[in-house]
Amino acid sequence: MDEVQVKVKPEMVTVYIMGQAYQVPAGLTILKALEYAGFRLVRGVGCRGGFCGACATVYRLPGDYRLYADLACQTTVKDGMYLALLPSTPAERRSYDIRKVKPAGETLLALYPELARCVACNTCTKSCPQKLEVMDAVQAALRGDIAKVAELTFDCLSCGLCTMRCPAEIPHYHVWQLARRLYGAYLAPKAEHLHRRVQEIEEGKCKEELERLMRLTREELRELYKAREIEPE
Amino acid sequence: MKRVLYFPGCALKDQAQEYERATLAALAKLGYKVEELPRWNCCGTVYSLAQDDLMRHVGPVRNLIRVQEAGEEKLLTLCAMCYNTLHRSAEFVNDPENLRRINAFMDDEEDYRGGVRVLHLVQFLAEEIGEEDLSRAMVRPLEGLRLGAYYGCTLLRPKEVGVDDPDRPEIMERILQALGAEPVLFPERVECCGAYLTVTRPDVVRERAGEILLSAAEAGAQALLTVCPLCKFNLEERRPLGAPKLLVYYVGEALAWALGTQEIPEELAKSLTGVMS
Repeated sequence: MDEVQVKVKPEMVTVYIMGQAYQVPAGLTILKALEYAGFRLVRGVGCRGGFCGACATVYRLPGDYRLYADLACQTTVKDGMYLALLPSTPAERRSYDIRKVKPAGETLLALYPELARCVACNTCTKSCPQKLEVMDAVQAALRGDIAKVAELTFDCLSCGLCTMRCPAEIPHYHVWQLARRLYGAYLAPKAEHLHRRVQEIEEGKCKEELERLMRLTREELRELYKAREIEPE
Repeated sequence: MKRVLYFPGCALKDQAQEYERATLAALAKLGYKVEELPRWNCCGTVYSLAQDDLMRHVGPVRNLIRVQEAGEEKLLTLCAMCYNTLHRSAEFVNDPENLRRINAFMDDEEDYRGGVRVLHLVQFLAEEIGEEDLSRAMVRPLEGLRLGAYYGCTLLRPKEVGVDDPDRPEIMERILQALGAEPVLFPERVECCGAYLTVTRPDVVRERAGEILLSAAEAGAQALLTVCPLCKFNLEERRPLGAPKLLVYYVGEALAWALGTQEIPEELAKSLTGVMS
């Protein structure tokens, strides 16, 4: 079979990766551009789908003073882009026993007293690739509104970009995780049906059925599995 | 209903919720639709005295921008510390150079144009509403109650933002009088409670709290009224053994008693002499 010759040359752009210029095809994501340029990514890459937050990246564009922050797998390269990966943001997660802490502002402040250093500069919000209202979440934390913190940070990927940029050195994503855990443990409405189901199981509702399954041979199990009832779509 | 924009501050949403609850109910009774400032952030407490530490003014000025965005020129505060910080930052950016630099830094907001007036509750009651209207709205005069108004620092000092004469204030006494109570003057009413030393030097604050409580009790006060969550904490939690056990309330609570939106605490109700309606 004859090889099809592709004659169309892709449009190329110049990007500067950690100071070094590379020609890469336009339209690539920053992540793919890095690989095109020959970098083999071991850290700073994960799901490639914008969900895991591993590929935090900062970049600048020519003629613009702003330092942009985004996920490398979600952002396409632009001509003249200066960029660097931030595969990891050092931040300490304080230890606590979720069963022993109160769902109140004092818990957040006791574990993360640096929250009180916030000067409302809003740099965190500007650096969030998820477009979260990060500063509003810090402010909600300061006034003890745990539910609001949990709500505002629900889509946080823990990429660490806000944490890297914060002049008050707040480890945001650890605070958010604590707030969401407090919310889940103490404030969110309890799922009554789930509670009842667990109770039924503990009272032996499925015991007999389970024991019957345990006594079956591998072959019998296979037959049973094949003959299982499947709900119509 | 007249609309007024209001800045709660962190303490009023956490440790001092009773101050907010009482005051908002009372202001509604007085015909005010009190609207919480949208997307407010911490006032910036404590006000930074470093002239070149511009970053510390970003937070307070951002709140003033929210007032501007809401199309208002006045901002009501209840906490004395928030009042102080916001007011002083508003003064700080009256300097065009300071304003230019703050605006240049905040490239994510519309420019602050200046002109927002930060008001404290006691000014709002005494000047905006006035003693006559206060008296008229009263349903349960506080007659027989001897109340000491404890000003502390941040409502009065520095004098550029003080709500009254920093040495001889009478604005809270005028409000108490309008509500039918007997204001009690005492020497320590404008002295500092020790403020944040409560964290590192509780011994100093204990001494201060003792002096204040003793001074008020000797002058015959049955309870103290304050406008500051930190003063209240220090007077209650740092009271030395043996010092008079004076109850401490927020001014907004006394307002709510007189306007009938809140019950008078039992400890005080028994000394009322006025006719209850």
